[in-house]
Amino acid sequence: MSAIFSKKFDTTLRLAVAGVVLVLAGAGGVAAYLFHPKQVDTGYTPVQPVPYSHKLHAGNLGMDCYYCHSTVETSSFAAVPTTETCMNCHHRVREKSPKLQLVRESYSNGQPIPWVKVHRLPDYVYFNHQAHVTSGVSCVSCHGRVDQMVEVKQVQPLSMAWCLECHRNPAQNIRPVEFVTKLDWTPEGDPVELGLKIIQAKGIKPPTHCSGCHR
Amino acid sequence: MADLALDPRAELNPTLVQGDQSYASLTDTISVITESKPPKQWYYAMAVAIPLAGLLFVCLAYLVTTGIGVWGNNSPVGWGWDITNFVWWIGIGHAGTLISAILFLFRQKWRTSINRAAEAMTLFAVACAGIYPLFHTGRPWRAAYWLFPMPNEPLALWQNFRSPLMWDVFAVSTYATVSALFWYVGLVPDLATLRDRARGLRQRIFGLLSLGWRGSARQWKHYELAYLILAGISTPLVLSVHSIVSFDFATSVIPGWHTTIFPPYFVAGAIFSGFAMVITLMVLARWVYNLQHLITIKHLENMCKVILATGMIVGFAYATEFFIAWYSANQYEKFAFINRAFGPYWWAYWTMITCNVVSPQLFWFKKIRTSIPAMFIIAIFINIGMWFERFVIIATSLHRDFLPSSWGYFSPTWVDIGTFAGTMGLFLTLFLLFLRFLPAIAISEVKGVLHNQFVSNKGGH
Amino acid sequence: MSQFVQINPTTTTGKKYWRSLSQLSGTPEFKQWVEQEFPAGGVDAISSSSRRNLLKLMAASFGLAGLAACRRPVEHILPHSKGVEGLIHGKPLHYATVATVGGAATGLMVETHEGRPTKIEGNEKHPASLGATSAHMQALLLNLYDPDRAKGVKRNGARSSWDEFTAWAKDEFSAAKQGDGSGLRILAEHSSSPSLQSVRNEIARKFPKAQWVEFDSVNFDNPRLGTALAFGQPLEAHYQYDKADVVLALDADFLGLDSQSVLPVKQFSAKRRVSDHNSQINRLYAAESNYSMTGAMADHRLRLRSSDIGALALALATELNIGGALKVLSNASDDKARFVAAVAKDLAAHKGRSIVVAGPRQPREVHALVALVNQALGNTGETVIYTQPVVTAIDSLAAVNQLTSDLNSGQVKTLVVLGGNPVYTLPADLNFAKSMSKAASTVVLTAEENETWAAAQWQLPEAHIFESWGDARALDGTVSIQQPMVAPLYYGKPALEVAAIVAGLENTRAHDIVKSNWSAKWGATAEKSWKQALYNGFIDGTKLETVKPSADAARLFAAIAPALKPAPAGIEIAFFPGHSTWDGRFANNAWMQEAPDPMTKIVWDNPALLSQTTATKLGAVNGTLLTISAAGLKATAPAMVMPGHADDSISLTLGYGRSACGRVGRGVGHRIEGLRGSAAFHIAPATVSNSGATYQLVTTQEHHTLEEPITGKLRPIVLEATMAEYHHHPDHFEHAVHVPEVVNMFEQFEWKGQQWGMAIDLNACTGCNACLVACQAENNIPVVGKDQVRRGREMHWIRLDRYFTGKMDDPQVVNQPMACVQCENAPCESVCPVAATTHSPEGLNDMAYNRCVGTRYCANNCPYKVRRFNFFNWNKNLPESQKMVFNPDVTVRMRGVMEKCNYCVQRIEEKKIEAKANNRAQLKDGDVKSACQQVCPAEAIVFGNINDPQSRVAQMKKQQRDYVLLEELNIKPRTSYLGKLRNPNPELIHG
Repeated sequence: MSAIFSKKFDTTLRLAVAGVVLVLAGAGGVAAYLFHPKQVDTGYTPVQPVPYSHKLHAGNLGMDCYYCHSTVETSSFAAVPTTETCMNCHHRVREKSPKLQLVRESYSNGQPIPWVKVHRLPDYVYFNHQAHVTSGVSCVSCHGRVDQMVEVKQVQPLSMAWCLECHRNPAQNIRPVEFVTKLDWTPEGDPVELGLKIIQAKGIKPPTHCSGCHR
Repeated sequence: MADLALDPRAELNPTLVQGDQSYASLTDTISVITESKPPKQWYYAMAVAIPLAGLLFVCLAYLVTTGIGVWGNNSPVGWGWDITNFVWWIGIGHAGTLISAILFLFRQKWRTSINRAAEAMTLFAVACAGIYPLFHTGRPWRAAYWLFPMPNEPLALWQNFRSPLMWDVFAVSTYATVSALFWYVGLVPDLATLRDRARGLRQRIFGLLSLGWRGSARQWKHYELAYLILAGISTPLVLSVHSIVSFDFATSVIPGWHTTIFPPYFVAGAIFSGFAMVITLMVLARWVYNLQHLITIKHLENMCKVILATGMIVGFAYATEFFIAWYSANQYEKFAFINRAFGPYWWAYWTMITCNVVSPQLFWFKKIRTSIPAMFIIAIFINIGMWFERFVIIATSLHRDFLPSSWGYFSPTWVDIGTFAGTMGLFLTLFLLFLRFLPAIAISEVKGVLHNQFVSNKGGH
Repeated sequence: MSQFVQINPTTTTGKKYWRSLSQLSGTPEFKQWVEQEFPAGGVDAISSSSRRNLLKLMAASFGLAGLAACRRPVEHILPHSKGVEGLIHGKPLHYATVATVGGAATGLMVETHEGRPTKIEGNEKHPASLGATSAHMQALLLNLYDPDRAKGVKRNGARSSWDEFTAWAKDEFSAAKQGDGSGLRILAEHSSSPSLQSVRNEIARKFPKAQWVEFDSVNFDNPRLGTALAFGQPLEAHYQYDKADVVLALDADFLGLDSQSVLPVKQFSAKRRVSDHNSQINRLYAAESNYSMTGAMADHRLRLRSSDIGALALALATELNIGGALKVLSNASDDKARFVAAVAKDLAAHKGRSIVVAGPRQPREVHALVALVNQALGNTGETVIYTQPVVTAIDSLAAVNQLTSDLNSGQVKTLVVLGGNPVYTLPADLNFAKSMSKAASTVVLTAEENETWAAAQWQLPEAHIFESWGDARALDGTVSIQQPMVAPLYYGKPALEVAAIVAGLENTRAHDIVKSNWSAKWGATAEKSWKQALYNGFIDGTKLETVKPSADAARLFAAIAPALKPAPAGIEIAFFPGHSTWDGRFANNAWMQEAPDPMTKIVWDNPALLSQTTATKLGAVNGTLLTISAAGLKATAPAMVMPGHADDSISLTLGYGRSACGRVGRGVGHRIEGLRGSAAFHIAPATVSNSGATYQLVTTQEHHTLEEPITGKLRPIVLEATMAEYHHHPDHFEHAVHVPEVVNMFEQFEWKGQQWGMAIDLNACTGCNACLVACQAENNIPVVGKDQVRRGREMHWIRLDRYFTGKMDDPQVVNQPMACVQCENAPCESVCPVAATTHSPEGLNDMAYNRCVGTRYCANNCPYKVRRFNFFNWNKNLPESQKMVFNPDVTVRMRGVMEKCNYCVQRIEEKKIEAKANNRAQLKDGDVKSACQQVCPAEAIVFGNINDPQSRVAQMKKQQRDYVLLEELNIKPRTSYLGKLRNPNPELIHG
């Protein structure tokens, strides 16, 4: 009986099978990496309707985050300032600047400025700024060095795994409340040690159970 | 079955292969089925099977796009036909592995001409079973993702390994894998046979599938060892799968579910229903392909004996449940069983008793054990009865549990029925395709029992 | 809008989530919606009044629209242009206001998120509320967002506008046109509003001959007319249930819909609460035809035709030997006689500490007699206090009769209908729709496009109470200012403003009328007092002073005795307000339609309730359609056997079978109003025949007793005892269930710190549904509809289990609220394959919706069956406006997801974060109240930290009555029950 397949066929077959397996595995790995929030969400830098520079205001001019985001201590939501707030200064400062056209319009016709949201969580996640800020989690922990950003950019994945890292051992990110908005602040000595002290003192227990964030 | 093993006739009995058969004629009769155009009965069967299978996909599509509400499930009856069908199909799957593995280890020669089809049946039944746990969530893509045993990055959270449903995932997938391997390894020599008879593309395909089988002594040696090992692995699986499936109920707190008797009871039931299904299919197959001389009365009669035995076990289990309920002196437990027999679902319960406990008793009579129509009808009865057993356990336990205020009633919708009929269609389609394209009877093994001096051609070492 | 259309291009792809009006405003549906909502002429209104409201909603809320080829949808943050005082985004605001259903008012505290009212609570400072509300009050919220409300002004069905109407009105209601107003009639609902009264006076001054008629089909006229009969002046009786040791309710569901507020429940339950086995509770007797919630609470209940109540009252008066009447008692069986004797004795033994009360269905004579009995028992001034009524006490039936005949005689030129739905509710024999057409011009102001709207020329949309200014009096006279939280969504105006237009006032703005009205009274301190009134939710010192009337027994007897003759034998029909629909105004409210009737557990229907004996007589079973005719009027209704119902009596529920109604209520149930003649409006003799046809009735619960079917064994689910038993065996409840020593196989978690738990006092619960609706509002629980309830898929997180005990023809009823009990060893948790339900360190059985894959294993393994599964996406195709009712603190669940009670975890977390921010480690008792606890008028539900020995819940759990369900399963529920106590009269205890 004549051979149906050539001698080499066995090897070819084996190689082919191995190849397919490898390719599939590889593809899976690559996809898993690409669709990880680290890749998908970080770096998101939308264009804002008004070319507002945090670097200029928070950085160079050294304005405190609270000045505009006034509700972070009292509410779950970090308020984006009213046009009024902008105009407090800008009715005198650069009052003719074309960049501020939309701001002035909004102020006169009462229509809101359509800022584009940068940091977004799913609807079933109930993040609360008040809880974090008042227990000494700095803005920088989640939002990065906003005072150095001309355009605000998402620097952290804001994924559940990422949240849990901190909720499981928060010491690294806890600082005295008065320094929460000092983005460049670093304690003398070990930050973790300090964090643990504050956690002790305030009895901070970050929730790791479902209803802590999902309701 | 031990008695069968010791039965001297089993060794010398010529009834395993009838008529004047030589190796060549044997190879012919079986191979020719896969080479020539199938008989018209095959087409009739397909004409029934394929539309049904289509119905399955319609129903599932409707379910996935609309929601579980298209079924009859409700509160309190969270599981209805879905899990009933799941357990039923899994149960049917058992006979295959049992015949292939356990009877093999017990040296039951009479298994040879039915084991191939039985194994195929197992695979197809498990495939049908698998559909239900996946789709009864209404959003299978989610179930598939969350249930896959790996931490859900980016969630960094594990599944709940305390949950019997999680155990099911492992049990069923393992069972499916091993059965598939076992079946395929067994096929290799026959695929080679087909390859050698075929020409052209057909030859190349079988060539690929037979993995370069040459039938050399060395290959036979490896082959038999592999087969033996796989048989060894599958044997505990036969017991484990349905034990674990039974845990879905046994580990809960619901009266009628919360009982330790379930594992053995479920396994017995599974084998019981499995053999019933094998008989159903074999009777059809030998009729369609005139294999009377290969699938002989002897085979069928032995299977009837197994059914009789397991049927008695099942009956005993039913009785024990009632006794324990009474003995437990637990009000809710007691009511659960009284409610089974005399509550709103009394008809389901008594159907189960009639089909599973009464009808197999007829197999005490050799006349009936050896009458094809009789055993066919009884087998069908048992298939029905075993479906009702699962329904009784699931639905009647759920519909009236602890607080009368939350009691309810389950009635199926057309989608329930369509889905079930659909899986039957899928099963039948797959089985018919198997009959058409693969050797339905293990040629090499039957050769082994053709003449007694060759009995030990495999596994006998 | 322009700006928004440009921000959210409608040509977007990708997933669209609805988050707020601002995003919505980008969508075509919204524009279309606005179109319908604000028709031509309404459009410019949007730029004035509604613009403010719209902006409020837009501002500081998210817009979301998917953009093609973008890795994530672009969301907009739209901050206010100018700051709004007191508004901190993310923090809800609470407004004190007042709501009126059927005359007297209840004080409310309404929670709003970014300008949307999202939850109604009772105003704890308000005398008629004391922090609690009824189910109906809770449901007012959904009425606000009802997409089927009347939208925009219409004239004979054609679009018009308020401007056109006011222009027309200026001429129509001019002295020139109306003269002395003899051709002007105004038909309104009973109102206690002082401001409206002032406008009425204005109209009366301008048109002396004009008539203002008040009518409600569910009214409280008879009690007032009764007092008028007794004392010569119509008075409002205030029963002080918290002072009474013995109460006799004559066909009076004073714990249910026969009271004008939830106050009686508060007071009664106070008298029902016990601290230990030595405490005393009151004793309640009830004589009634239908099985009411009051009957369910009663220690003794006598089933009796409503029309025989008078005779019973007379017999009682005789027994008490008041005015020496003759002894009459229709076919007095021993039962009745013994009942009367025992009750009389008990009442006499508690002079000054007892109450006899009759229901509003009973004729004025019965009320007069009741007043007399209370006087004789020395209850007047003690347990029964009288004040002037807060509404004009007229015989509204006579009034509408007069009105119709005036209409028919062509005497009426202009008819103005302010609110209500007279065409549907007026006595059927008056055929009001026809009479209406006789008036030259008809103006109708209604909340929805109902039957009356259809019959009118000028069709005006009425503003919801949360959209308009006003004021109202509670039953005790206390005035509250009704302040709006949101500008009219549907461009409506309140009755007050339309009345002002009729009166021809220059300034017709409700706000100004109300404010000026009160400022006049306050004078100098006006501004301050106004702010104070708005803040408190009521005006101090507006309570009416009590009057001390007295009646002349002998004279009265002579007058009323004949009217109290026993009714002739034969079948009677009696009419009851709907627990769901009231008088039909809640017919289009899905929450109420799906709230099971407290007694029958019927949803989406109004069966004719009758006793088994009567049913057998009629050859009827549940669902048999009965043809009922009374005084030439006809109607059909499906029969339903109600255990404990009086024989030869059929109880019918009002407010169903609406022909002109929204999507929800149209054609739901059967119209009973068609049977109500002006002669016999409350109770009527009737002939009933079996039509042979059948009809599908749906209940959430069969008529289960606690006895098992087949075996007949009793299940220890609801534990009961008499006061005597409890007194002698304080451990009665501990031994009621024999639980063998349960051993834990595993090491038990140590529950340290704040641990949440709940205790439910079965002694107090009346099963009134308030908790059920409150929970629905708080937790975004969907409505599934009649057919799905039939399939057993209702979604309520808390259900009120109702069990019968004793003989099925005359059983007692117990209620048991049942929600997730948060087991410490939760069976649901161990079986979930994906760990979607897990335990929180504070003892909550958490449910992570987004992780749930929907195997339903948890629900199967729940011994209490309190888990609810989303079999479909119930929120699909939800009208846009209705999405505004959602509580933003709670996730809206997708299909295929399991859900259940979680002790309002969103409230717990909110308070915890607040406390933490203010450096309070632990919460104080009462800081967190679950929605069901907050609303409960009986204070039956107590929730709190069980590790704090001082907390109310811990105190309750200490009681010996405390027990948990299915203890033997060792699942350690956190919710426990306090056993029910009854206080039977030893003389009446018999087999």
